[in-house]
Amino acid sequence: MSEFEPRIIAFACNWCTYAAADIAGTSRIHYPPNVRIIRVMCSGMVDPIYVLKAFEGGADGVLVAGCHHQDCHYLNGPDKCDAMFEKVKRMAHALGLEDERLRRELISTSEGVIFARVVEEMVDQLKKLGPSPFRKELVA
Amino acid sequence: MTLEDIVRETKTYDCLECGKCSSICPIARYNPAYSPRAMVENALLGFEDDLVGNRELFSCLTCGACQLRCASDVDYPLFIQKMRALASGAGVEGECAHSGTVHSLIRLMSNPGIKQNRLDWLSDELRTVSQGEVLFWVGCTPYFDPIFEYSGVQPLEISKSAIKILNSSGIEPMLLPDERCCGHDMFWTGNVETFRKLAELNAAMIKESGAKKIVFACPEGYRTFKEDYPQFVKIDCELQHITEFIAEAIRNNSLSFKELNKKVTYQDPCRLGRHLGVYDEPREVIKAIPGIELVEMAHNREESICCGTSAFTNCDMYSKMIRVERLLEAKATGADCLITSCPKCQIHFKCAMVNKGEEKGPDIEIEVMDIVSLVASALNSK
Repeated sequence: MSEFEPRIIAFACNWCTYAAADIAGTSRIHYPPNVRIIRVMCSGMVDPIYVLKAFEGGADGVLVAGCHHQDCHYLNGPDKCDAMFEKVKRMAHALGLEDERLRRELISTSEGVIFARVVEEMVDQLKKLGPSPFRKELVA
Repeated sequence: MTLEDIVRETKTYDCLECGKCSSICPIARYNPAYSPRAMVENALLGFEDDLVGNRELFSCLTCGACQLRCASDVDYPLFIQKMRALASGAGVEGECAHSGTVHSLIRLMSNPGIKQNRLDWLSDELRTVSQGEVLFWVGCTPYFDPIFEYSGVQPLEISKSAIKILNSSGIEPMLLPDERCCGHDMFWTGNVETFRKLAELNAAMIKESGAKKIVFACPEGYRTFKEDYPQFVKIDCELQHITEFIAEAIRNNSLSFKELNKKVTYQDPCRLGRHLGVYDEPREVIKAIPGIELVEMAHNREESICCGTSAFTNCDMYSKMIRVERLLEAKATGADCLITSCPKCQIHFKCAMVNKGEEKGPDIEIEVMDIVSLVASALNSK
């Protein structure tokens, strides 16, 4: 039987984390191919429904990443994202999802290495946790 | 199910085209594009595509005000529910409020393999048992809590208060750790498949728990169990709304209250009122608290006006207008507090107060409180 390969959906802000992922690529930093990156204009535009839909669609983990605080391309996107993330974490917890399935990171443009490390860590954790309970039907 | 079946089942063919439905409809009073009469006429003429593709199909509140007036006894709410099921089969959906977060959570809950942590809020002072005869149906409040925090609503307070009341009357209820949403919103938005899954999961859990009686603090759950579940699953329990339970406890003298000086008015939720005919018990409960004065709004009991959104679809400017009208009506009674017995009514009214907009509108600020919170605050501490 082949090893379980988790599926991660990453919402990456256009100005920082998406560029960081790009840097990781152009610098030829290896990281697991389990992540599907969705570019959003700002981490502050990520709504709880984006995260929930990802799980509905069979994601095993969701990463929401964007600029550092004070570093937002706009004004206060990261603050908005933090507030949203707190909410969605509470919903996910009530649904019985492990905390490790949801991750919030601040990764700036130059931090391609950090992006790769975060994805690696997440993949490791998710492999230990196994498939998301909402994915069972798809796997079976 | 075809359009023809729907017409037959809901007795739409009896329509006299008198238009009373459109004149009483709270949506039609504000939204010129919506008319129950025109919907019914289109159905009778067989214009299925026009109906299914009509955005306004999802505007109906299914509040039942039209049904009350209908001389031919057309079941318009059921007609809408079935038409929505037809539409959702064709891939048409309503516009979900709150980006569809609530609906997504409900769909996720329909997954049989999950283990929820939905009872984290229980504290030692709330006494519950793991096996017992009385089951308290928590409903969606643990999920509503993070979503609607912004408007100052504390949905969990409702569940906590309900358990406090049950405890005071000598009952330690059992709660299901993996209770699912009753599926009300899925049913009324036409997603019958998900509704069936939820109903089956819930029915199996209830059967296993050995409960003899289920108490609800949410009229939607109560209605769904009473009216809609029997068509899908078998629930062998006595069902009771918390207001009915409290009224009974007051009659048996098992609850006593301290004085609470307040002038209040009561909003009949459509599910509890028009759908199930429970008008007297909530009023009996409010009046039983010494010091409380209950004043009625201009539209009360059967005539009561809906809070403006149902099943979290098509919440728009017209919903807001209905809410403002209702809040002004509540304020006009001179009451300090608007009491409701549905968590969603509270959510919708408080949302209207928070999102007033920039322009200076009428003053609609009034305290909104759930009936169980009111009763719990009046309980004599033992």
